[in-house]
Amino acid sequence: MSNRIDVKKTYKLFINGAFPRTESGRTYEVKNAKGAFIAHPCLASRKDLKDAVVAARAAQAGWNKASAYNKGQILYRIAEMLEGRRAQFVDEIVNVTGVTKAKAEKEVTDSVDRLVWYAGWTDKISSLSGALNPVAGPYYNFTIPESMGVIAAIAPETPSLLGLIDAIAPIIVGGNTVIVLASTKAPLSAMSFAEVIATSDVPAGVINILTGKKDEIAPWMASHMDIDGFDISGLSAKKHAELKTVATENLKRVYSFNSADPARILAFMENKTVWHPIGL
Amino acid sequence: MSYYGLVDGTEASLKKYLASFSGVDQVGADARAAILATRSIKAASKRWAIDTAISMVDLTTLEGADTPGKVQALCSKAVRPDPTDSSVPSVGAVCVYNDMVGIARAHLDQIGGEHVGVAAVSTAFPSGRASMPVKIQDTQDAIDAGASEIDMVIDRGAFLSGRYIEVFDEIVKIREVCGNKAHLKVIFETGELVTYDNVRKASFLAMAAGAHFIKTSTGKVAPAATAPVVLVMLEAVRDFYAMTNVRIGVKPAGGIRNTKDAIKQLVLVNETAGPEWLKPSLFRIGASALLNDLLMQRMKMDDGYYASPQYVTID
Repeated sequence: MSNRIDVKKTYKLFINGAFPRTESGRTYEVKNAKGAFIAHPCLASRKDLKDAVVAARAAQAGWNKASAYNKGQILYRIAEMLEGRRAQFVDEIVNVTGVTKAKAEKEVTDSVDRLVWYAGWTDKISSLSGALNPVAGPYYNFTIPESMGVIAAIAPETPSLLGLIDAIAPIIVGGNTVIVLASTKAPLSAMSFAEVIATSDVPAGVINILTGKKDEIAPWMASHMDIDGFDISGLSAKKHAELKTVATENLKRVYSFNSADPARILAFMENKTVWHPIGL
Repeated sequence: MSYYGLVDGTEASLKKYLASFSGVDQVGADARAAILATRSIKAASKRWAIDTAISMVDLTTLEGADTPGKVQALCSKAVRPDPTDSSVPSVGAVCVYNDMVGIARAHLDQIGGEHVGVAAVSTAFPSGRASMPVKIQDTQDAIDAGASEIDMVIDRGAFLSGRYIEVFDEIVKIREVCGNKAHLKVIFETGELVTYDNVRKASFLAMAAGAHFIKTSTGKVAPAATAPVVLVMLEAVRDFYAMTNVRIGVKPAGGIRNTKDAIKQLVLVNETAGPEWLKPSLFRIGASALLNDLLMQRMKMDDGYYASPQYVTID
Protein backbone atom coordinates (compact mmCIF):
# COMPACT_ATOMS: atom_id res chain seq x y z
CA MET A 1 0.00 0.00 0.00
CA SER A 2 1.31 3.40 -0.92
CA ASN A 3 1.06 6.28 1.52
CA ARG A 4 2.47 8.79 -0.90
CA ILE A 5 0.67 12.12 -1.15
CA ASP A 6 -0.34 13.22 -4.65
CA VAL A 7 1.84 15.99 -6.07
CA LYS A 8 -0.69 18.13 -7.92
CA LYS A 9 0.46 20.69 -10.42
CA THR A 10 -0.44 24.37 -9.98
CA TYR A 11 -1.02 25.96 -13.37
CA LYS A 12 0.34 29.50 -13.35
CA LEU A 13 0.97 32.28 -15.83
CA PHE A 14 4.21 32.75 -17.78
CA ILE A 15 5.45 36.35 -17.69
CA ASN A 16 9.01 37.60 -18.19
CA GLY A 17 10.48 34.11 -18.02
CA ALA A 18 8.90 33.40 -14.62
CA PHE A 19 5.78 31.58 -13.50
CA PRO A 20 3.81 34.01 -11.33
CA ARG A 21 0.27 33.46 -10.05
CA THR A 22 -2.17 36.10 -11.28
CA GLU A 23 -1.88 39.23 -9.12
CA SER A 24 -5.68 39.22 -8.85
CA GLY A 25 -5.66 35.86 -7.08
CA ARG A 26 -8.55 34.74 -9.32
CA THR A 27 -8.81 31.23 -10.78
CA TYR A 28 -11.39 29.30 -12.76
CA GLU A 29 -12.29 25.65 -13.14
CA VAL A 30 -11.23 23.51 -16.04
CA LYS A 31 -13.24 20.36 -16.61
CA ASN A 32 -12.71 17.48 -18.98
CA ALA A 33 -15.08 16.51 -21.79
CA LYS A 34 -17.13 14.43 -19.32
CA GLY A 35 -17.48 17.30 -16.86
CA ALA A 36 -15.01 16.08 -14.22
CA PHE A 37 -12.79 18.64 -12.48
CA ILE A 38 -9.19 18.82 -13.68
CA ALA A 39 -7.47 21.99 -12.52
CA HIS A 40 -7.74 25.59 -11.35
CA PRO A 41 -5.68 27.72 -13.77
CA CYS A 42 -5.23 31.48 -13.30
CA LEU A 43 -7.87 33.94 -14.48
CA ALA A 44 -5.47 36.65 -15.66
CA SER A 45 -6.30 40.28 -14.85
CA ARG A 46 -5.63 43.56 -16.63
CA LYS A 47 -2.63 44.08 -14.36
CA ASP A 48 -1.16 40.75 -15.46
CA LEU A 49 -1.50 41.89 -19.07
CA LYS A 50 0.19 45.18 -18.18
CA ASP A 51 3.08 43.36 -16.52
CA ALA A 52 3.42 41.10 -19.57
CA VAL A 53 3.53 44.11 -21.90
CA VAL A 54 6.24 45.78 -19.82
CA ALA A 55 8.28 42.55 -19.99
CA ALA A 56 7.65 42.11 -23.72
CA ARG A 57 8.62 45.72 -24.46
CA ALA A 58 11.83 45.41 -22.47
CA ALA A 59 12.75 42.19 -24.28
CA GLN A 60 11.91 43.36 -27.79
CA ALA A 61 15.07 45.27 -28.69
CA GLY A 62 17.31 42.40 -27.65
CA TRP A 63 15.25 39.76 -29.47
CA ASN A 64 15.08 41.90 -32.60
CA LYS A 65 18.84 42.25 -32.57
CA ALA A 66 19.45 38.49 -32.31
CA SER A 67 20.67 37.12 -35.63
CA ALA A 68 18.25 35.21 -37.84
CA TYR A 69 20.44 32.17 -37.33
CA ASN A 70 20.20 32.51 -33.55
CA LYS A 71 16.41 32.96 -33.65
CA GLY A 72 16.14 29.85 -35.80
CA GLN A 73 18.29 27.86 -33.37
CA ILE A 74 16.11 28.90 -30.45
CA LEU A 75 12.88 27.99 -32.27
CA TYR A 76 14.40 24.64 -33.19
CA ARG A 77 15.38 24.18 -29.54
CA ILE A 78 11.72 24.67 -28.55
CA ALA A 79 10.83 21.89 -30.98
CA GLU A 80 13.50 19.63 -29.44
CA MET A 81 12.22 20.23 -25.92
CA LEU A 82 8.62 19.63 -26.98
CA GLU A 83 9.61 16.37 -28.69
CA GLY A 84 11.23 15.19 -25.46
CA ARG A 85 8.03 15.72 -23.50
CA ARG A 86 5.52 14.26 -26.00
CA ALA A 87 3.99 11.88 -23.48
CA GLN A 88 3.00 14.63 -21.07
CA PHE A 89 1.37 16.71 -23.81
CA VAL A 90 -0.50 13.72 -25.25
CA ASP A 91 -1.83 12.87 -21.78
CA GLU A 92 -2.96 16.44 -21.13
CA ILE A 93 -4.72 16.79 -24.48
CA VAL A 94 -6.50 13.45 -24.05
CA ASN A 95 -7.41 14.30 -20.47
CA VAL A 96 -8.85 17.76 -21.17
CA THR A 97 -10.46 17.42 -24.59
CA GLY A 98 -11.37 13.72 -24.55
CA VAL A 99 -9.97 13.02 -28.04
CA THR A 100 -8.40 9.67 -28.85
CA LYS A 101 -4.78 9.07 -28.03
CA ALA A 102 -3.93 8.75 -31.73
CA LYS A 103 -5.45 12.13 -32.46
CA ALA A 104 -3.63 13.76 -29.56
CA GLU A 105 -0.36 12.23 -30.73
CA LYS A 106 -0.93 13.64 -34.19
CA GLU A 107 -1.49 17.12 -32.74
CA VAL A 108 1.76 16.98 -30.78
CA THR A 109 3.65 15.69 -33.83
CA ASP A 110 2.19 18.45 -35.97
CA SER A 111 3.15 20.99 -33.28
CA VAL A 112 6.78 19.87 -33.26
CA ASP A 113 6.90 19.89 -37.06
CA ARG A 114 5.26 23.30 -37.20
CA LEU A 115 7.93 24.74 -34.88
CA VAL A 116 10.68 23.32 -37.08
CA TRP A 117 8.94 24.81 -40.12
CA TYR A 118 8.82 28.28 -38.51
CA ALA A 119 12.44 27.90 -37.33
CA GLY A 120 13.42 27.58 -41.00
CA TRP A 121 11.68 30.82 -41.88
CA THR A 122 13.84 33.04 -39.65
CA ASP A 123 16.66 33.43 -42.18
CA LYS A 124 14.49 33.24 -45.30
CA ILE A 125 11.70 35.70 -44.71
CA SER A 126 13.69 38.80 -45.66
CA SER A 127 14.83 37.18 -48.90
CA LEU A 128 11.25 36.27 -49.72
CA SER A 129 9.72 39.65 -49.06
CA GLY A 130 12.68 42.05 -49.31
CA ALA A 131 13.52 43.71 -52.61
CA LEU A 132 16.15 45.63 -54.49
CA ASN A 133 14.09 48.42 -56.01
CA PRO A 134 14.90 50.08 -59.32
CA VAL A 135 15.38 53.81 -58.77
CA ALA A 136 16.34 56.61 -61.17
CA GLY A 137 19.56 57.73 -59.51
CA PRO A 138 22.98 56.52 -58.40
CA TYR A 139 21.60 54.54 -55.45
CA TYR A 140 20.92 51.04 -54.33
CA ASN A 141 17.43 51.03 -52.90
CA PHE A 142 16.54 48.15 -50.59
CA THR A 143 13.30 47.22 -48.91
CA ILE A 144 13.62 44.86 -45.98
CA PRO A 145 11.00 43.66 -43.48
CA GLU A 146 11.64 44.60 -39.85
CA SER A 147 9.93 43.73 -36.59
CA MET A 148 6.81 45.66 -35.55
CA GLY A 149 7.31 45.54 -31.76
CA VAL A 150 5.08 44.03 -29.11
CA ILE A 151 2.27 41.86 -30.46
CA ALA A 152 -0.72 40.40 -28.60
CA ALA A 153 -2.41 37.22 -29.77
CA ILE A 154 -5.48 35.19 -28.91
CA ALA A 155 -4.94 31.47 -29.46
CA PRO A 156 -7.90 29.44 -30.75
CA GLU A 157 -9.86 27.14 -28.42
CA THR A 158 -8.89 24.06 -30.44
CA PRO A 159 -6.45 22.65 -31.27
CA SER A 160 -5.11 23.95 -27.99
CA LEU A 161 -1.41 23.21 -28.54
CA LEU A 162 -1.03 23.53 -32.29
CA GLY A 163 -3.19 26.68 -32.28
CA LEU A 164 -1.00 28.20 -29.57
CA ILE A 165 2.15 27.50 -31.56
CA ASP A 166 0.59 29.03 -34.66
CA ALA A 167 -0.17 32.12 -32.58
CA ILE A 168 3.31 32.44 -31.04
CA ALA A 169 5.85 31.26 -33.60
CA PRO A 170 5.14 33.53 -36.63
CA ILE A 171 5.17 36.59 -34.37
CA ILE A 172 8.56 35.86 -32.81
CA VAL A 173 10.10 34.74 -36.13
CA GLY A 174 9.84 38.38 -37.25
CA GLY A 175 11.71 39.70 -34.19
CA ASN A 176 8.61 40.73 -32.26
CA THR A 177 7.79 39.77 -28.70
CA VAL A 178 4.40 38.31 -27.87
CA ILE A 179 1.73 38.14 -25.20
CA VAL A 180 -0.60 35.27 -25.98
CA LEU A 181 -3.89 34.32 -24.35
CA ALA A 182 -4.21 30.52 -24.30
CA SER A 183 -7.31 28.45 -24.99
CA THR A 184 -9.78 29.06 -22.15
CA LYS A 185 -11.26 25.56 -22.01
CA ALA A 186 -7.98 23.71 -22.58
CA PRO A 187 -5.18 25.84 -21.08
CA LEU A 188 -3.15 23.00 -19.59
CA SER A 189 -1.01 22.27 -22.63
CA ALA A 190 -0.30 26.02 -22.94
CA MET A 191 1.03 26.21 -19.42
CA SER A 192 3.09 23.05 -19.92
CA PHE A 193 4.34 24.57 -23.17
CA ALA A 194 5.58 27.53 -21.08
CA GLU A 195 7.84 25.04 -19.27
CA VAL A 196 9.18 23.98 -22.65
CA ILE A 197 9.89 27.62 -23.55
CA ALA A 198 11.55 28.21 -20.18
CA THR A 199 14.11 25.48 -20.99
CA SER A 200 14.74 26.51 -24.61
CA ASP A 201 17.02 29.56 -24.28
CA VAL A 202 14.16 31.89 -25.23
CA PRO A 203 15.11 35.22 -23.56
CA ALA A 204 12.79 36.25 -20.70
CA GLY A 205 9.86 38.36 -21.88
CA VAL A 206 9.97 37.31 -25.54
CA ILE A 207 7.04 34.93 -25.04
CA ASN A 208 4.45 35.60 -22.34
CA ILE A 209 1.43 33.35 -21.84
CA LEU A 210 -1.78 34.25 -20.01
CA THR A 211 -4.81 32.10 -19.22
CA GLY A 212 -8.27 33.52 -18.70
CA LYS A 213 -11.41 34.75 -20.42
CA LYS A 214 -11.24 36.03 -23.97
CA ASP A 215 -14.11 38.49 -23.51
CA GLU A 216 -12.25 40.08 -20.62
CA ILE A 217 -8.72 40.20 -21.96
CA ALA A 218 -9.22 40.83 -25.69
CA PRO A 219 -10.54 44.42 -25.24
CA TRP A 220 -7.67 45.20 -22.87
CA MET A 221 -5.23 43.94 -25.45
CA ALA A 222 -6.95 45.96 -28.17
CA SER A 223 -6.85 49.21 -26.18
CA HIS A 224 -3.34 48.95 -24.70
CA MET A 225 -1.27 51.73 -26.29
CA ASP A 226 2.02 49.86 -26.01
CA ILE A 227 0.87 46.88 -28.07
CA ASP A 228 1.64 47.39 -31.77
CA GLY A 229 -0.21 44.48 -33.37
CA PHE A 230 -2.97 42.05 -32.49
CA ASP A 231 -3.59 38.55 -33.84
CA ILE A 232 -7.26 37.74 -33.24
CA SER A 233 -7.30 34.37 -35.00
CA GLY A 234 -8.66 32.75 -31.85
CA LEU A 235 -11.78 34.92 -31.68
CA SER A 236 -15.09 34.36 -33.44
CA ALA A 237 -15.59 36.62 -36.47
CA LYS A 238 -18.46 38.56 -34.92
CA LYS A 239 -16.09 39.99 -32.26
CA HIS A 240 -13.58 41.24 -34.84
CA ALA A 241 -15.18 44.54 -35.81
CA GLU A 242 -15.57 45.73 -32.24
CA LEU A 243 -11.94 44.99 -31.37
CA LYS A 244 -10.65 46.59 -34.56
CA THR A 245 -12.53 49.76 -33.62
CA VAL A 246 -10.94 49.86 -30.17
CA ALA A 247 -7.51 49.14 -31.67
CA THR A 248 -7.59 52.20 -33.95
CA GLU A 249 -6.62 54.46 -31.03
CA ASN A 250 -2.92 53.68 -31.54
CA LEU A 251 -3.24 52.40 -35.12
CA LYS A 252 -2.70 48.85 -33.94
CA ARG A 253 -2.58 46.39 -36.83
CA VAL A 254 -5.19 43.69 -36.29
CA TYR A 255 -5.21 40.47 -38.33
CA SER A 256 -6.68 37.01 -38.19
CA PHE A 257 -5.61 33.84 -39.97
CA ASN A 258 -6.83 30.31 -40.37
CA SER A 259 -3.68 28.51 -41.45
CA ALA A 260 0.08 28.45 -41.10
CA ASP A 261 1.44 30.73 -43.80
CA PRO A 262 4.50 32.97 -44.33
CA ALA A 263 1.97 35.81 -44.63
CA ARG A 264 1.38 35.31 -40.93
CA ILE A 265 4.99 36.25 -40.27
CA LEU A 266 4.93 39.25 -42.63
CA ALA A 267 1.67 40.58 -41.19
CA PHE A 268 3.53 41.67 -38.08
CA MET A 269 6.57 43.09 -39.84
CA GLU A 270 7.06 46.56 -41.28
CA ASN A 271 8.96 47.37 -44.45
CA LYS A 272 11.99 49.59 -44.16
CA THR A 273 13.48 51.19 -47.26
CA VAL A 274 17.16 52.12 -47.32
CA TRP A 275 18.91 54.32 -49.90
CA HIS A 276 22.60 53.59 -50.36
CA PRO A 277 24.76 55.70 -52.68
CA ILE A 278 26.70 53.98 -55.44
CA GLY A 279 30.16 55.12 -56.50
CA LEU A 280 30.53 58.93 -56.59
CA MET B 1 28.26 80.74 13.43
CA SER B 2 25.32 78.42 13.81
CA TYR B 3 21.55 78.32 13.50
CA TYR B 4 18.72 77.98 16.02
CA GLY B 5 21.20 78.20 18.94
CA LEU B 6 21.56 74.42 19.10
CA VAL B 7 25.31 74.35 18.66
CA ASP B 8 27.74 77.17 19.52
CA GLY B 9 30.21 76.19 16.84
CA THR B 10 32.68 74.33 19.07
CA GLU B 11 33.40 70.64 18.66
CA ALA B 12 32.37 69.94 22.26
CA SER B 13 28.93 71.49 21.82
CA LEU B 14 28.36 69.64 18.52
CA LYS B 15 29.29 66.32 20.12
CA LYS B 16 26.97 67.01 23.05
CA TYR B 17 24.14 67.93 20.64
CA LEU B 18 24.62 64.80 18.50
CA ALA B 19 24.92 62.57 21.59
CA SER B 20 21.46 63.73 22.69
CA PHE B 21 19.78 61.67 19.94
CA SER B 22 19.25 57.97 20.47
CA GLY B 23 20.07 55.36 17.83
CA VAL B 24 17.58 54.10 15.24
CA ASP B 25 15.78 50.79 15.73
CA GLN B 26 16.80 49.28 12.39
CA VAL B 27 14.35 46.38 12.43
CA GLY B 28 11.56 48.71 13.48
CA ALA B 29 12.36 51.26 10.75
CA ASP B 30 12.45 48.55 8.07
CA ALA B 31 9.16 47.11 9.28
CA ARG B 32 7.44 50.51 9.51
CA ALA B 33 8.57 51.47 6.00
CA ALA B 34 7.42 48.08 4.66
CA ILE B 35 3.98 48.42 6.22
CA LEU B 36 3.50 51.95 4.89
CA ALA B 37 4.44 50.68 1.41
CA THR B 38 1.40 48.40 1.39
CA ARG B 39 -1.18 51.20 1.74
CA SER B 40 -3.72 51.09 -1.05
CA ILE B 41 -4.58 54.36 -2.76
CA LYS B 42 -8.04 55.09 -4.16
CA ALA B 43 -8.38 56.47 -7.69
CA ALA B 44 -9.23 60.08 -6.71
CA SER B 45 -6.31 60.20 -4.26
CA LYS B 46 -4.04 58.66 -6.85
CA ARG B 47 -4.90 61.41 -9.28
CA TRP B 48 -4.04 64.02 -6.67
CA ALA B 49 -0.87 62.14 -5.73
CA ILE B 50 0.33 62.00 -9.35
CA ASP B 51 -0.09 65.76 -9.85
CA THR B 52 1.49 66.48 -6.47
CA ALA B 53 4.42 64.20 -7.26
CA ILE B 54 4.92 65.91 -10.63
CA SER B 55 5.09 69.30 -8.91
CA MET B 56 7.68 67.88 -6.50
CA VAL B 57 10.02 66.44 -9.09
CA ASP B 58 13.51 67.91 -9.36
CA LEU B 59 14.00 66.98 -13.00
CA THR B 60 17.61 65.94 -13.10
CA THR B 61 20.34 65.42 -15.64
CA LEU B 62 23.78 64.86 -14.18
CA GLU B 63 25.75 63.20 -16.92
CA GLY B 64 29.21 63.88 -18.21
CA ALA B 65 27.61 63.89 -21.65
CA ASP B 66 25.14 66.71 -20.91
CA THR B 67 24.94 69.32 -23.66
CA PRO B 68 23.26 72.75 -23.72
CA GLY B 69 20.67 71.29 -26.10
CA LYS B 70 19.81 68.49 -23.75
CA VAL B 71 19.52 70.84 -20.79
CA GLN B 72 17.25 73.18 -22.77
CA ALA B 73 15.03 70.28 -23.77
CA LEU B 74 14.86 69.25 -20.14
CA CYS B 75 13.86 72.79 -19.15
CA SER B 76 11.05 72.81 -21.71
CA LYS B 77 9.82 69.53 -20.31
CA ALA B 78 10.07 70.89 -16.74
CA VAL B 79 7.75 73.81 -17.53
CA ARG B 80 5.25 71.82 -19.56
CA PRO B 81 5.79 68.11 -18.85
CA ASP B 82 3.06 67.00 -21.26
CA PRO B 83 2.93 69.31 -24.29
CA THR B 84 -0.53 67.96 -25.17
CA ASP B 85 -2.07 68.68 -21.78
CA SER B 86 -1.77 72.09 -20.13
CA SER B 87 -3.38 70.85 -16.91
CA VAL B 88 -0.18 69.01 -15.97
CA PRO B 89 1.69 71.13 -13.40
CA SER B 90 5.31 72.24 -13.87
CA VAL B 91 7.94 70.36 -11.91
CA GLY B 92 9.64 71.84 -8.83
CA ALA B 93 13.03 72.54 -10.35
CA VAL B 94 15.59 71.34 -12.83
CA CYS B 95 18.78 69.95 -11.33
CA VAL B 96 21.94 70.28 -13.39
CA TYR B 97 25.69 70.55 -13.11
CA ASN B 98 27.22 73.89 -12.30
CA ASP B 99 28.24 74.91 -15.83
CA MET B 100 24.70 74.33 -17.13
CA VAL B 101 22.98 76.60 -14.60
CA GLY B 102 23.19 79.74 -16.75
CA ILE B 103 21.90 77.92 -19.82
CA ALA B 104 19.02 76.41 -17.87
CA ARG B 105 18.02 79.71 -16.19
CA ALA B 106 18.13 81.65 -19.46
CA HIS B 107 16.05 79.05 -21.30
CA LEU B 108 13.49 78.77 -18.50
CA ASP B 109 13.05 82.56 -18.43
CA GLN B 110 12.72 82.64 -22.19
CA ILE B 111 9.90 80.08 -22.32
CA GLY B 112 7.86 81.42 -19.42
CA GLY B 113 9.27 79.11 -16.79
CA GLU B 114 10.21 81.79 -14.25
CA HIS B 115 8.42 79.77 -11.57
CA VAL B 116 10.68 76.74 -12.08
CA GLY B 117 13.86 76.83 -10.00
CA VAL B 118 17.33 75.79 -11.07
CA ALA B 119 19.17 73.56 -8.63
CA ALA B 120 22.93 73.21 -9.02
CA VAL B 121 24.91 70.35 -7.58
CA SER B 122 27.86 71.83 -5.79
CA THR B 123 30.90 71.33 -3.54
CA ALA B 124 32.73 68.92 -5.86
CA PHE B 125 29.66 66.76 -6.54
CA PRO B 126 29.38 63.76 -6.36
CA SER B 127 32.43 62.81 -4.26
CA GLY B 128 32.90 65.99 -2.25
CA ARG B 129 36.65 65.53 -2.50
CA ALA B 130 38.04 69.05 -2.90
CA SER B 131 39.46 71.79 -0.72
CA MET B 132 37.14 74.24 1.01
CA PRO B 133 38.07 77.29 -1.16
CA VAL B 134 37.23 75.22 -4.26
CA LYS B 135 33.88 74.19 -2.79
CA ILE B 136 33.03 77.79 -1.88
CA GLN B 137 33.99 79.01 -5.34
CA ASP B 138 31.95 76.17 -6.91
CA THR B 139 28.90 77.29 -4.96
CA GLN B 140 29.47 80.98 -5.66
CA ASP B 141 29.73 80.29 -9.39
CA ALA B 142 26.39 78.49 -9.38
CA ILE B 143 24.65 81.29 -7.51
CA ASP B 144 26.15 83.92 -9.78
CA ALA B 145 24.85 81.98 -12.78
CA GLY B 146 21.33 82.09 -11.37
CA ALA B 147 20.90 78.94 -9.28
CA SER B 148 18.10 79.28 -6.74
CA GLU B 149 18.89 76.00 -5.04
CA ILE B 150 22.26 74.51 -4.11
CA ASP B 151 22.57 70.74 -3.68
CA MET B 152 25.82 70.27 -1.77
CA VAL B 153 27.44 66.98 -0.83
CA ILE B 154 28.97 66.39 2.58
CA ASP B 155 32.47 65.03 3.07
CA ARG B 156 31.61 61.40 3.86
CA GLY B 157 35.22 60.60 4.67
CA ALA B 158 35.23 63.19 7.44
CA PHE B 159 31.81 62.09 8.68
CA LEU B 160 32.65 58.39 8.80
CA SER B 161 35.92 59.03 10.65
CA GLY B 162 34.07 61.03 13.29
CA ARG B 163 35.27 64.52 12.31
CA TYR B 164 31.73 65.86 12.57
CA ILE B 165 32.83 69.41 13.23
CA GLU B 166 34.48 69.56 9.80
CA VAL B 167 31.26 68.50 8.15
CA PHE B 168 29.33 70.97 10.26
CA ASP B 169 31.67 73.85 9.42
CA GLU B 170 31.47 73.07 5.73
CA ILE B 171 27.69 73.22 5.72
CA VAL B 172 27.72 76.47 7.74
CA LYS B 173 30.15 78.04 5.27
CA ILE B 174 28.19 76.98 2.20
CA ARG B 175 25.00 78.25 3.80
CA GLU B 176 26.71 81.61 4.28
CA VAL B 177 27.59 81.65 0.58
CA CYS B 178 23.97 80.87 -0.25
CA GLY B 179 22.80 83.75 1.94
CA ASN B 180 19.23 84.57 0.99
CA LYS B 181 19.79 83.99 -2.73
CA ALA B 182 19.57 80.21 -2.73
CA HIS B 183 18.07 77.35 -0.76
CA LEU B 184 20.61 74.86 0.54
CA LYS B 185 20.05 71.12 0.18
CA VAL B 186 22.56 68.88 1.91
CA ILE B 187 23.24 65.50 0.32
CA PHE B 188 24.34 62.71 2.68
CA GLU B 189 24.88 59.88 0.17
CA THR B 190 23.13 57.49 2.56
CA GLY B 191 24.44 54.48 0.62
CA GLU B 192 27.91 55.41 1.88
CA LEU B 193 26.84 56.24 5.44
CA VAL B 194 25.98 52.54 5.93
CA THR B 195 23.82 52.69 9.08
CA TYR B 196 20.50 54.37 9.93
CA ASP B 197 22.18 55.75 13.06
CA ASN B 198 24.58 57.66 10.80
CA VAL B 199 21.69 58.90 8.62
CA ARG B 200 19.93 60.23 11.68
CA LYS B 201 23.09 61.83 13.03
CA ALA B 202 23.84 63.44 9.67
CA SER B 203 20.26 64.75 9.47
CA PHE B 204 20.40 66.54 12.81
CA LEU B 205 23.92 67.79 12.11
CA ALA B 206 22.91 69.30 8.76
CA MET B 207 19.74 70.89 10.12
CA ALA B 208 21.60 72.54 13.00
CA ALA B 209 24.17 73.80 10.50
CA GLY B 210 21.50 75.62 8.51
CA ALA B 211 20.33 73.24 5.76
CA HIS B 212 16.95 74.10 4.21
CA PHE B 213 16.62 70.58 2.84
CA ILE B 214 18.22 67.25 3.60
CA LYS B 215 18.71 64.97 0.64
CA THR B 216 19.46 61.25 0.55
CA SER B 217 21.79 60.67 -2.35
CA THR B 218 23.67 61.86 -5.36
CA GLY B 219 22.13 59.18 -7.58
CA LYS B 220 25.63 57.91 -8.34
CA VAL B 221 25.73 55.33 -5.53
CA ALA B 222 23.38 52.42 -4.83
CA PRO B 223 21.45 51.90 -2.63
CA ALA B 224 20.02 55.41 -2.80
CA ALA B 225 16.64 56.59 -1.51
CA THR B 226 15.35 53.43 0.15
CA ALA B 227 12.08 53.76 2.07
CA PRO B 228 13.58 53.18 5.57
CA VAL B 229 16.26 55.82 4.99
CA VAL B 230 13.64 58.36 3.92
CA LEU B 231 11.58 57.36 6.97
CA VAL B 232 14.51 58.04 9.29
CA MET B 233 15.07 61.45 7.68
CA LEU B 234 11.38 62.34 7.86
CA GLU B 235 11.34 61.44 11.55
CA ALA B 236 14.35 63.70 12.00
CA VAL B 237 12.65 66.74 10.37
CA ARG B 238 9.51 66.05 12.41
CA ASP B 239 11.52 65.96 15.66
CA PHE B 240 13.52 69.01 14.59
CA TYR B 241 10.25 70.90 14.06
CA ALA B 242 9.22 69.97 17.60
CA MET B 243 12.55 71.34 18.88
CA THR B 244 12.79 74.56 16.88
CA ASN B 245 9.42 75.24 15.23
CA VAL B 246 11.21 75.26 11.86
CA ARG B 247 10.24 72.91 9.04
CA ILE B 248 13.17 71.47 7.09
CA GLY B 249 12.51 69.84 3.71
CA VAL B 250 13.41 66.32 2.59
CA LYS B 251 14.53 65.22 -0.85
CA PRO B 252 14.90 61.56 -1.69
CA ALA B 253 16.87 61.07 -4.89
CA GLY B 254 17.99 58.06 -6.85
CA GLY B 255 16.11 54.84 -7.49
CA ILE B 256 12.60 56.34 -7.58
CA ARG B 257 11.62 55.38 -11.10
CA ASN B 258 7.89 54.76 -11.20
CA THR B 259 4.61 56.16 -9.97
CA LYS B 260 4.19 53.43 -7.39
CA ASP B 261 7.54 54.32 -5.78
CA ALA B 262 6.65 58.02 -5.82
CA ILE B 263 3.27 57.45 -4.18
CA LYS B 264 4.93 55.29 -1.53
CA GLN B 265 7.17 58.27 -0.77
CA LEU B 266 4.14 60.55 -0.39
CA VAL B 267 2.54 58.06 2.01
CA LEU B 268 5.76 58.03 4.04
CA VAL B 269 5.72 61.83 4.21
CA ASN B 270 2.07 62.05 5.24
CA GLU B 271 2.34 59.36 7.89
CA THR B 272 5.72 60.38 9.31
CA ALA B 273 6.32 64.12 9.05
CA GLY B 274 2.69 65.04 8.42
CA PRO B 275 0.56 66.58 5.66
CA GLU B 276 2.26 69.98 6.13
CA TRP B 277 5.26 68.49 4.30
CA LEU B 278 3.22 67.50 1.25
CA LYS B 279 4.23 70.48 -0.86
CA PRO B 280 7.13 71.23 -3.18
CA SER B 281 8.67 73.70 -0.75
CA LEU B 282 9.21 70.92 1.79
CA PHE B 283 9.41 67.72 -0.22
CA ARG B 284 11.14 67.09 -3.51
CA ILE B 285 11.91 63.95 -5.46
CA GLY B 286 15.16 63.90 -7.40
CA ALA B 287 14.52 61.89 -10.55
CA SER B 288 14.77 61.72 -14.30
CA ALA B 289 12.89 58.63 -15.52
CA LEU B 290 10.11 59.06 -12.93
CA LEU B 291 8.42 61.97 -14.71
CA ASN B 292 7.62 59.92 -17.81
CA ASP B 293 6.05 57.19 -15.73
CA LEU B 294 3.95 59.75 -13.84
CA LEU B 295 2.77 61.20 -17.16
CA MET B 296 1.91 57.75 -18.49
CA GLN B 297 -0.10 56.92 -15.36
CA ARG B 298 -1.89 60.24 -15.71
CA MET B 299 -2.75 59.45 -19.34
CA LYS B 300 -4.01 56.05 -18.26
CA MET B 301 -6.29 57.61 -15.63
CA ASP B 302 -7.65 60.08 -18.21
CA ASP B 303 -8.05 57.69 -21.14
CA GLY B 304 -8.91 54.48 -19.34
CA TYR B 305 -6.30 52.36 -21.07
CA TYR B 306 -2.60 51.74 -20.58
CA ALA B 307 -0.27 54.28 -22.14
CA SER B 308 2.91 53.66 -24.08
CA PRO B 309 6.39 55.16 -23.60
CA GLN B 310 6.14 56.08 -27.29
CA TYR B 311 3.80 58.93 -26.32
CA VAL B 312 6.18 60.69 -23.93
CA THR B 313 9.47 62.35 -24.76
CA ILE B 314 12.77 60.51 -24.68
CA ASP B 315 15.16 62.35 -22.39
